[in-house]
Amino acid sequence: MSDIVKGDSVIYLDNNATTRVAPEVVEVMLPLFSELYGNASSMHTFGGQMSHFVNEARANVAGLLGARPEEIVFTSCGTESDSTAVFSAVETQPEKKHFITTRVEHPAVIALGNLLEKRGYDVTWLGVDSRGRLDLDELARSIRKDTALVSIMYANNETGTVFPVDDIARIVKERGALLHVDAVQAVGKEPIDLSRTPIDFLALSGHKLHAPKGVGVLYVRKGTRFRPFLRGGHQERGRRAGTENVPYIVGLGKACELAGSAMAQERTQVAALRDKLERGLLAAIPNAIVNGDVEHRLPNTSSIAFESVEGEAILLMLNEFGICASSGSACTSGSLEPSHVLRAMGVPFTYAHGSIRFSLSRYTTEAEIDKVLEVMPGVIKTLREISPFTRRG
Amino acid sequence: MWDYTDKVQEHFLHPRNVGELPGANAVGEVGSLACGDALKLFLKISPDGIIEDASFQTFGCASAIASSSALTELIKGKSVEEASKITNKDIAAYLGGLPKEKMHCSVMGEEALEAAIRNWKGLPPREQEEEGRLVCKCFGVTDTQIRKAIRENGLTTVDEVTNFTKAGGACGDCREQIQDILDEERGAAKSFTEIKPVTRPMSNIQRMQNVMRVLDEDIRPRLAQDGGDIELVDMEGTKVVVAMRGACSSCRASQLTIKDLVEKTLREQVDPAINVVEA
Repeated sequence: MSDIVKGDSVIYLDNNATTRVAPEVVEVMLPLFSELYGNASSMHTFGGQMSHFVNEARANVAGLLGARPEEIVFTSCGTESDSTAVFSAVETQPEKKHFITTRVEHPAVIALGNLLEKRGYDVTWLGVDSRGRLDLDELARSIRKDTALVSIMYANNETGTVFPVDDIARIVKERGALLHVDAVQAVGKEPIDLSRTPIDFLALSGHKLHAPKGVGVLYVRKGTRFRPFLRGGHQERGRRAGTENVPYIVGLGKACELAGSAMAQERTQVAALRDKLERGLLAAIPNAIVNGDVEHRLPNTSSIAFESVEGEAILLMLNEFGICASSGSACTSGSLEPSHVLRAMGVPFTYAHGSIRFSLSRYTTEAEIDKVLEVMPGVIKTLREISPFTRRG
Repeated sequence: MWDYTDKVQEHFLHPRNVGELPGANAVGEVGSLACGDALKLFLKISPDGIIEDASFQTFGCASAIASSSALTELIKGKSVEEASKITNKDIAAYLGGLPKEKMHCSVMGEEALEAAIRNWKGLPPREQEEEGRLVCKCFGVTDTQIRKAIRENGLTTVDEVTNFTKAGGACGDCREQIQDILDEERGAAKSFTEIKPVTRPMSNIQRMQNVMRVLDEDIRPRLAQDGGDIELVDMEGTKVVVAMRGACSSCRASQLTIKDLVEKTLREQVDPAINVVEA
């Protein structure tokens, strides 16, 4: 293949989909693919020394989350972490048949809610308002004696809306239920301190914070009853069988260390670039609205809906300029309906099909944002000239 | 990422015959904003039945725009009779093929062409006279349309029917019915369950289009007199969800407006079963 598109030739504003692996992360991983290939479970020093690397990574992850190292379980991805948490809560409390989650979760959690419903569980799907916010009173009222688990995301992948997790945790704990938080989009962007916030399970994914794809973490609060999802080995203290993916775990440890020091940069520099992009687009393009809760939002995410044009067409035109973004439109996913998140928020369908998500990272430059601001108005104008629904005159 | 051919890419990035056509004497409209794609086809047909010019406006994805562009190129210069033989397969073939999930874009082209020709002949839009049973309530697809797609394209599975007609692509409630139609079309059993054609009820899409039209043409101008505005947020069956904007959004009487003006008007002009609520 001669026409491979490389990272340095594009403007990558799709960091909620995946991120560039930090060069420092690549560096610490490389020896683990060549001369340091041992199995961490081996008796000999050559293999056994790997467990030191794994535990160093574990300490780094715990440090970023305000957790204890023994509360960190390495998994293969965020989805595995979500499944493990939900099935563990269900299996350890077989008498409880009620599950609470939201209508705007990632499919990794939505699918579990649907599965539990099929298995006879009563599932409460919490709705959101037009800005994507939960009603915490509704949450409080929904929790029952037989609630096995409340599973709520920290931040929404499509709009960046951040839920008030501290308040949620307090409400759930006061009523004695277990809480799982899918924090895949939040880790590294939102300050998390699990020593202060009473969360029982928390999922994160390596490739959303500049580690590679194929590694994730499930945090399990000390004292929480637990059943493993994968069985057949003593790894991770019996909580996740399967030979440790040492290079990726070490990479994730490094990524968490970097994320800790880059947190301030994410919340100032990245947020400033995001705001510049958003303000510029809204100023230059009529009939465009921001999706989500702008006051409580990830610093890197902007979801903007453009009236009377379709998202896939926008993305493919941006692609011509080497600009990578994402869409909540139906056509990009192969589904025929727009995103469940935008529908749950009641985004008017004149806008929902034309929603574009820009997600930045600490590698995003001002020159890249300027380029998008230069290109985007023309793209929307071109498509609106083709559309029969454009307000004319 | 879709595997679009170079021809699709080219017709998407440089579509031919875009915009309204001055002097057009036939127009065909299919789809809607709610569906996620819509095509308005304009034809200029000479007295002896030759399509002298064609143009389009399309809301939709890259393959919808490319299919529309291809359609106009295919029919220009043809007689109405020749053009009416063009099917979605011809449109897809012209573009060097479409991903299977996108075949409904080419079907939309065929339907728009048919609608435009009916318009030129002075016939009413097909949905007003078509005998058939509404199968997909979400996208307003009848068994007649599904049977046509099955026959013309040799479809064998429910997923294929969804790819070509969108039927079954949203709530999925009609997937069993689609399977039954497939079984019938393939002559496999069920010959005793003869289905009698019934008058077609208003589909969700038609209802939505009518609601949008009444809102735009009647209700909005009236609200605008008081500096207010209204937006259609969602529709589920006969439940219409609206948001009050402008002066209406802070007006204490807005609940009254919704019931007395909006709901009453929509019940009179669209469907007596309509229930209007505020988002």
